[in-house]
Amino acid sequence: MVILKLDNLTKLFGGIVAVSNVNMEVEKKQIVGLIGPNGAGKTTLFNLLTGMYTPTSGTITYGTDDKIVLNNLRPYSVTSVGIARTFQNIRLFKDMTVYDNVRIGFHHNIKCGIIPLILRLPVFYREEENVGNKAMEILKLFNLEDKALELAKNLPYGDQRRLEIARALSTKPKLLLLDEPAAGMNPNETKDLMKLIRWIRDKFDLTIILIEHDMSLVMGICEKIFVLDYGTLIAEGTPEQVQNNPKVIEAYLGGEE
Amino acid sequence: MKILNRKNILGFAAIIAFYVIVQLLINADVIDSYLQLNIVIIGINIILAVGLNLITGFTGQFSLGHAGFMCVGAYISAIVTAKLGQPFLVGIIASGLGAALVGLVIGIPTLRLKGDYLAIATLGFGEIIRILMLNIDYVGGASGFNDIPQYTNWTWLYFMVVISVLVISNFVKSYAGRACISIGEDEIASEAMGINTTFYKVLAFTIGAFFAGIAGALYANYFYFIKPDSFGFMKSIDILVTVVFGGMGSITGSVVGAALLSVISAFLQRYPELRMVIYSIVLFSIMVFLPRGLMGIKDIKLNFLKRGGSADGDSETR
Repeated sequence: MVILKLDNLTKLFGGIVAVSNVNMEVEKKQIVGLIGPNGAGKTTLFNLLTGMYTPTSGTITYGTDDKIVLNNLRPYSVTSVGIARTFQNIRLFKDMTVYDNVRIGFHHNIKCGIIPLILRLPVFYREEENVGNKAMEILKLFNLEDKALELAKNLPYGDQRRLEIARALSTKPKLLLLDEPAAGMNPNETKDLMKLIRWIRDKFDLTIILIEHDMSLVMGICEKIFVLDYGTLIAEGTPEQVQNNPKVIEAYLGGEE
Repeated sequence: MKILNRKNILGFAAIIAFYVIVQLLINADVIDSYLQLNIVIIGINIILAVGLNLITGFTGQFSLGHAGFMCVGAYISAIVTAKLGQPFLVGIIASGLGAALVGLVIGIPTLRLKGDYLAIATLGFGEIIRILMLNIDYVGGASGFNDIPQYTNWTWLYFMVVISVLVISNFVKSYAGRACISIGEDEIASEAMGINTTFYKVLAFTIGAFFAGIAGALYANYFYFIKPDSFGFMKSIDILVTVVFGGMGSITGSVVGAALLSVISAFLQRYPELRMVIYSIVLFSIMVFLPRGLMGIKDIKLNFLKRGGSADGDSETR
């Protein structure tokens, strides 16, 4: 079942073509890799998917039963229909606690107006308690519950990466976009991360798209890979198909001189 | 989490007790009119600082037009109480709502701007309000608005301060406050986490403007007389200094900061020639030794009164 479909998606910045006529279909519950040389337009594609940029042309359709066109949605609406992301350069709320970082993700599920909040009506306490419990559950799954009251900026690097994933999961996504989750990790940490990604896919019933330069991770866990170069999709398929594709080899290693 | 728990009852009793004690001291003439004047200034500055802290300290939107909202409130209350002869309560509510409306109208376009640009836009707004008042003859123009009835007393002042501090600290210690803080931390990430950042920025701006309007009403109805120049650029800077002095992102800091700076400034009036020098040295030392302000981002908490876990909406560091 297709959960995400891109039709002729194009993004121009002035005269520069960042993403050009990309057609993609992502199957539900798959782990999908998005690779390509630096500047190929991978992060731009993520920004288009999450509403941070508006496409110049083409459409993004999301959902299995109800199809939603994401083109003109603001980022917060995209999150509320079920797409969450992490960032290439970790963007945690650094001066907030680990616990609060995760509680932020539940924001769009809170049903309590501003007036009950200021008057501290029972509905406010009920919602806050609910959010607090759910946040602790997620922190427990990520083994971060002991650090719940530490400031996010004081966590070690690997924990910050995991916290960012935990925070993204707290928005209850169906589709999770990970932008270079293994950046800056050593081979052992990368292995743990691979296990973690597979495990959250099964546990939370997710579709995952990830951008990554670490080929051991991409080839190890992705069921399907899309390759971008200069904004165009040059190859797609299983890891074996992509590895043997001459266009991909040329994009990464250069053609014959 | 019950509303009538021990902490809330004790807090309520403390609020009432403080009110009664000061009122008795006023009745017994222990607190003379000079002290009363300073108490009123402290109260007004607390309301202004707490409101601006919500906008600048928590939500991270750098505003230099806070005196503009105070000006709107002061003139509305002056018109409502002096020209229309309405009771003070009507004046206060009209001032708050009027300033909030102006905040909403100004906030929607300007809050698209960031950092320095927002500061300049709000600075411009403050000046526009001042110039407008300067040129409207109905409110006295440059010569000011005279004969405003003096309604502001300890009761009005105290309960307005309590209401504004309670409302803003309740707001901040909730999911909405966390949303505002996250916007101040990283707007892009905040929006990606499902927070309607425009809504919360405008909301914070409007709430801050509402209480600045009330502060304006208290000011106008205490000093009989208002003139546009009292609400100029320097007043906005004074409020901002108070917020930074107390600690951006600390309600307690704003309250303590406003009280302390008002006292220092009143004390220094005895040494007019050295006043600004000493005042600057105090500010300078705070910024050198406590760069995050008196309280940093910490708030005083009554932890020993607290029984439940931390799932009641209070965060530990904010």
